[in-house]
Amino acid sequence: MANRLIRKTYTQLEGITKATVSLKADNVSNDELAWVDGRLAQVVRTKGELVTLQVFEGTENIPSNAEVTFLGAAPTLKVSDALAGRFFNAYGEPIDGGPAVEGRKIEIGGPSVNPYKRKQPSEIIPTGIAGIDLNNTLVSGQKIPFFADPDQPYNNVMAQVALRADVDKIILGGMGLTNDDYLYFKHEFEAAGALDKIISFVNTTEQPPVERLLIPDMALATAEYFAVEKNEKVLVLLTDMTLYADALSIVSNRMDQIPSKDSMPGSLYSDLAKIYEKAVQLPDGGSITIIAVTTLNDGDITHAIPDNTGYITEGQLFLRADPDSGKVIIDPFRSLSRLKQLVQGKKTREDHSQVMNASVRLYSDAQNAKTKLENGFDLSDYDLRCLDYAKAYATELLAVDVNLGIEQMLDTAWDIFGRYFTKAETGIKQNLIDKYWRGN
Amino acid sequence: MATSGIITGIVSNLVTVSCDGPVSQNEICYISTQGTKLMAEVIKVNGRYASIQVFESTRGVKNGDRVEFTDKMLEVTLGPGLLSSCYDGLQNDLTTMTGVFLKRGEYTPALDSEKKWAFTPEASVGDTVEAADWLGEVKEGWLPHKIMVPFSFKGEYTIKWLAPAGEYTVNDKIATLTGEEGDVDVTMCQKWPVKVAIKCYKEKPRPERIMETGVRVIDTLNPIAEGGTGFIPGPFGCGKTVLQHAIAKQGDADVIVMAACGERANEVVEIFTEFPELIDPHTGRHLMERTTIICNTSNMPVAAREASVYTAMTICEYYRAMGLKVLLLADSTSRWAQALREMSNRMEELPGADAFPVDLSAIISNFYARAGMVVLNNGKRGSVTFIGTVSPAGGNLKEPVTESTKKAARCFYALEQNRADKKRYPSVNPIDSYSKYLEYPEIADYLDKTVEHGWVEKVNRTKNIIRKGKDAADQINILGDDGVPMSYHEMFWKSELVDFVILQQDAFDAIDALCPLERQRYMLDMVLDICAKEFEFEDFEECAAKFKEMINFFRQMNYSEFKSAQFEIYKAEIEKLVEQYGK
Repeated sequence: MANRLIRKTYTQLEGITKATVSLKADNVSNDELAWVDGRLAQVVRTKGELVTLQVFEGTENIPSNAEVTFLGAAPTLKVSDALAGRFFNAYGEPIDGGPAVEGRKIEIGGPSVNPYKRKQPSEIIPTGIAGIDLNNTLVSGQKIPFFADPDQPYNNVMAQVALRADVDKIILGGMGLTNDDYLYFKHEFEAAGALDKIISFVNTTEQPPVERLLIPDMALATAEYFAVEKNEKVLVLLTDMTLYADALSIVSNRMDQIPSKDSMPGSLYSDLAKIYEKAVQLPDGGSITIIAVTTLNDGDITHAIPDNTGYITEGQLFLRADPDSGKVIIDPFRSLSRLKQLVQGKKTREDHSQVMNASVRLYSDAQNAKTKLENGFDLSDYDLRCLDYAKAYATELLAVDVNLGIEQMLDTAWDIFGRYFTKAETGIKQNLIDKYWRGN
Repeated sequence: MATSGIITGIVSNLVTVSCDGPVSQNEICYISTQGTKLMAEVIKVNGRYASIQVFESTRGVKNGDRVEFTDKMLEVTLGPGLLSSCYDGLQNDLTTMTGVFLKRGEYTPALDSEKKWAFTPEASVGDTVEAADWLGEVKEGWLPHKIMVPFSFKGEYTIKWLAPAGEYTVNDKIATLTGEEGDVDVTMCQKWPVKVAIKCYKEKPRPERIMETGVRVIDTLNPIAEGGTGFIPGPFGCGKTVLQHAIAKQGDADVIVMAACGERANEVVEIFTEFPELIDPHTGRHLMERTTIICNTSNMPVAAREASVYTAMTICEYYRAMGLKVLLLADSTSRWAQALREMSNRMEELPGADAFPVDLSAIISNFYARAGMVVLNNGKRGSVTFIGTVSPAGGNLKEPVTESTKKAARCFYALEQNRADKKRYPSVNPIDSYSKYLEYPEIADYLDKTVEHGWVEKVNRTKNIIRKGKDAADQINILGDDGVPMSYHEMFWKSELVDFVILQQDAFDAIDALCPLERQRYMLDMVLDICAKEFEFEDFEECAAKFKEMINFFRQMNYSEFKSAQFEIYKAEIEKLVEQYGK
């Protein structure tokens, strides 16, 4: 680092908090990186000659006479095809024992795509999971999180989705992963023989939380390299965005900013949007699709993190343990893919959206019947049929361990309809009933 | 000489500047950094220090960088060529930008200065005119675009010279006006500061007509007036955007301005992709021919998000001054409020509720007040109808943005999670939602004349059926199916009938998506006739089964071409059922 040598070094800190240090310095630019006592830090505020730096590793044991050197540039990453198959930390340094990657240096957290130059997402990403493909179809260029309680197997489902999806590159951004989960991902990717198309940026719970703030930008800068320059289809996995937001609130708190709802910074919406909006279908065929995980506190989606996320992402997938079938299902009521109508019935069979709506409506009737049952009322014949239907629907379609093609899913749904209902009860358009009805 | 300054502090996009001269609030300035110029707006002045919000990323900006002040507020350029354009929040033309990524400091002109427009004079030399009076007309596609005396002109002027019919660019001189201070030249375009309402009209009367949207739950139950205001709050996933797009596609207006304010980029892409293809049901032209898009998506700079709604409103007011019906859709005003909150927070102002600035309510009211129907100086009428969406945090309607908006807007379309979960779209809650316009005698008269005599009474009767149905459902849930008299079941199923046939509508079905007022009247009358009847069923199960059958036929009717053979067949089936079970 030649330019590091010619830069001025400061040795007098004016203040130290748990996440930031401040000092008097001149000619410092906003967002610039610096070394503080050998740790990486970034300029977050200047006021007169007083500069505040956020120290990614935390400030434990930093003395007030620590050496500070400014690097004159925002965080960068070296990109090239050699990134494929590698594991990195939040700074883009290898953690798999391999050599450092050589390549072109790019700034992370770069500008947005001109909305006018975007293309409308139109390619389906099949996953084999009916709760996704049938009810909440994924489309390339989409951004969608799993909303899950910490006890749900979200990382497993996400790994499963990633490995089944037909994409050129998978980029994992792990924030606050437990070491066990990190090793799980590594093992799954290796076992699938897919390592050559996977790139991982990982911050584990053993590492300082503020470092996490770099992970999404690192992962997405890499994604942009492959999607824009190589026209590849890239799938980015971000887990767990709740821990990312927690790190944001730590920094804003240390900077004495007034917190808004749930002690989150007032800019949470914009901060999250900057990440999720990197999902894009590019004009030359490349695309970035983001699947994230937002863990919930006891299913509470009104908390600021899932709430802001829901307004940004194009839908959400809820994982829930279903007592009827004893399986983990993708909740058909709360889950939603906003882009599904771009492919349903267009890239899939014509009956797709009607079958989906009917199956969910009938499932909702089953919930009503269940409420009646719990309240000790007699059930009508229709109620009883609904309950049977719900069990079949959850077991044969909604469970995350079901692996079917989309046509098979539709046929299965028609099969279940025919088993429990009359044609009129499904409320499906007549011409589709005439063509696909499987029953009496 | 213009004021300039030196940067002395930076926190994200809030920059402090030490100035060498006078600066005014909301003045625009440019930061010179690394060879580019970044636009910013003064939001606070304290002694010789000005706080400015930068409309771009401030990465790499340094203390000591120079700032040049312009002595102007944020302005938009108004003239032929606005229609069918796609701008960012600061009115930069997104279509003429180079590169896939937005480049910081790249500002593109709003209007094409090369393009020639065919001008026809309408006024004559010697006429006395004032601001917003029409001088002539150019054809902006299909739209008769009036060339007006600039809104900033004060007092009376005499036309000294007027260009003859011919082809001119927006910057060519088309008139010379003589006023108290001598002669002034006028071109086809003018500038106007976005945060100031254009008030060049004679009066602003109460609205007296409704604006048709083709959405039953709006037009039938809670109609919005032409020149009215409404808002759609709803948790995410309740179909806010689908509903708003439906209104944009089907709304009966001459010009539609869509402000995508801090929302998803893919939603704007949907408009780019679909609107040039889709046909306006009222005129048969492509939708894009009447639409202008102001797009500041959630990942674009936050400060420009606030500007975007003002830019959109100013363009609407400009077209209103031509005597046109304009509809403004803003998605979402909550993002705009959040942009205000972010800045207020960085300026370390004392916060109001939920850390929003304390004057939020006043800012929102002022903005909604810019909508309305006006009588122009020449007696013609123009209107701006405004529908905003609100994204309440946590889906809770008791939050500052929703509450402030409720005070300002006259129609309230509350989207309900519960209905959305059951896929009952549009998920507008029929009981909580309201339209104040139904209480206007002018509007009742208008509906009497255009729809049917006594229409408002019918609408209220429909709402009552839904209310009664809800009570009945509650009773059934408490006492059980057998624990209530049959009439409760009937009441419940009548409200379900209204729900499925009138309230629910399939926005993705080619026929059902657009339901003209005439068809709405026809269907409501049919449903109300059935609701007025008493039925005789063996037991509640038969009641449910038969009503479900009826609902199914009605749905098929909604999916069929109005009064087609198929439509009539389903109608006959329903009549048969009513005959068979009615008392």
